Amino acid sequence: MDSQVSVKEQLFGKNQQEIALIVESLGMPRFGVGQITDWLYKKKVTAISEMTNLSGRHRQMLEERYDLGVAPPVKVQESTDGTKKYLFQTGPRRFVEAAYIPDEDRATLCVSSQVGCKMGCLFCMTGKQGFQANLTAGEIVNQIQSLPERDRLTNVVYMGMGEPFDNLEEVLKSLEILTSDWGYGWSPRRITVSTIGIIPAMKEFLERSEAHLAVSLHTPFEEERKMLMPVEQVYSLPEVISTVRSWDFGRQRRVSFEYILFKNLNDTPAHVKELAKLLNGLRCRINLIRFHPIPGTPLEGSDDQAVQRFKDALNAKKILTTVRASRGQDIYAACGLLSTKELIRK
Amino acid sequence: MTDGLKEVAIHSLKEIAELVYLLEFERDFPFEAGQIIKLAWPGDEKIRLYSIASGEQQPLVQILFNVVGDGRLTPLLARLKPGDKILASGPLGKFKGTEGPAWWIAQGTGIAPFASMFRSGQTENKTLVHGGRTLNSFYYRDEFEPLLGSQYIRCCSREADETSFRGRVTDYLNSLESLPADPLYYLCGSSEMVVETRDILISKGVPFGKIVSEIYF
Repeated sequence: MDSQVSVKEQLFGKNQQEIALIVESLGMPRFGVGQITDWLYKKKVTAISEMTNLSGRHRQMLEERYDLGVAPPVKVQESTDGTKKYLFQTGPRRFVEAAYIPDEDRATLCVSSQVGCKMGCLFCMTGKQGFQANLTAGEIVNQIQSLPERDRLTNVVYMGMGEPFDNLEEVLKSLEILTSDWGYGWSPRRITVSTIGIIPAMKEFLERSEAHLAVSLHTPFEEERKMLMPVEQVYSLPEVISTVRSWDFGRQRRVSFEYILFKNLNDTPAHVKELAKLLNGLRCRINLIRFHPIPGTPLEGSDDQAVQRFKDALNAKKILTTVRASRGQDIYAACGLLSTKELIRK
Repeated sequence: MTDGLKEVAIHSLKEIAELVYLLEFERDFPFEAGQIIKLAWPGDEKIRLYSIASGEQQPLVQILFNVVGDGRLTPLLARLKPGDKILASGPLGKFKGTEGPAWWIAQGTGIAPFASMFRSGQTENKTLVHGGRTLNSFYYRDEFEPLLGSQYIRCCSREADETSFRGRVTDYLNSLESLPADPLYYLCGSSEMVVETRDILISKGVPFGKIVSEIYF
């Protein structure tokens, strides 16, 4: 597989402006921009040679300079509940995961934005493989483009491997491709980008995108959050919340907070009380997530009763709280384990 | 992204090892040892975060950095001359020291916040474990060695001498039979180093609540 990794520039992942420059440099007619973006993002083209409304000469010129940049997954694991985890190779010894989660009339894809991660959260498997590379916009969107279930997708969440706001420009470009008329033409309301709270990038995302925002919270107490998430040393929770509060999300755009429940650590009545204080008056939702232990972790997930109790207590405080259904537990759908195993195997 | 940054004039720039530099400019703010500042190139929106390496009472802010080959800022910083201007913020961050017992575990330029703590008077009950590839990468050795003595452990992965442990920081920690449970364990370096070190500490019985991590990202 490594020998198949291309060295040519990839066409897939370029935005309209970049395609226009290519079209101009190759002496193609101006309408070539729309033709190429159509082939790339609206049709499932698998090779430049399939762009049959371009002249043979222009196709050849494109092929000489570019690879299409669309690559199918190299591996898939399927859970008994229908969740599938796809493994994509983005370079020698570089793998990322995308989790496809069907659920009645919805189908969500969780995509990765980096190979590995620099953030080092205590509860995360991806962090254990270190940081290897940022994904390009093309590599991010390829997880959608090359998904066998692509046409069934209703939502995409940037909650896979990596911290999206540590790769802001490529993430924003991928969002541009997904939401532009010349691209996938999706509503930004189908997309949620999750962050641990890198404030400068979060502000830029809020300004330059219309997609939903999810913030990994995990505890309302700063000292506790420092133990779980080293980013708290730099961008503190009060500053993160204050940034969120200062933004007008309007009626359609949503902000949510992700909260993994750890037994006897962040699932107490004191946490409920502090969360209610922290988020008081903010139109938001808390998503409670059950923790699926990873190898060597000192953390333990809260049991179902504690999860329910925590949810009810927050709802009683008028904070809309839901519990994310656990999916794909038998394939570790959300924890970076498949790519880490593949990395070790290679 | 450059909110809250202002121009500062470079006082000095010195290469102290291959592609590793000490940058200094005048300080006009108070700070607590261990804190970081934002730096940016004039006209460029992109900020980078650096730990302050100087002490709380020292008149100059000192930044220790290494040039990242494909980096946007560090190759420019490495060409600065006295009097040149860059953009800098005031201090931020909560990676602060303690008067109590602590282990400081650093890799490469991750030594900077510990240099600041040390230079600010936090010298008692401290054990410093510093990892570097070569023997000249133990920055501030002349300051640490006289006061910390045998509590200053240098781990060198590519060269050997009689006073350094041969191997990485993680090799050194793995070689220890046990670790004291009382101190706070401060980690500073790349995500790989911090995550691996944290796992080793936890496997040796250190409660995760005693581990304070700062990752260079």
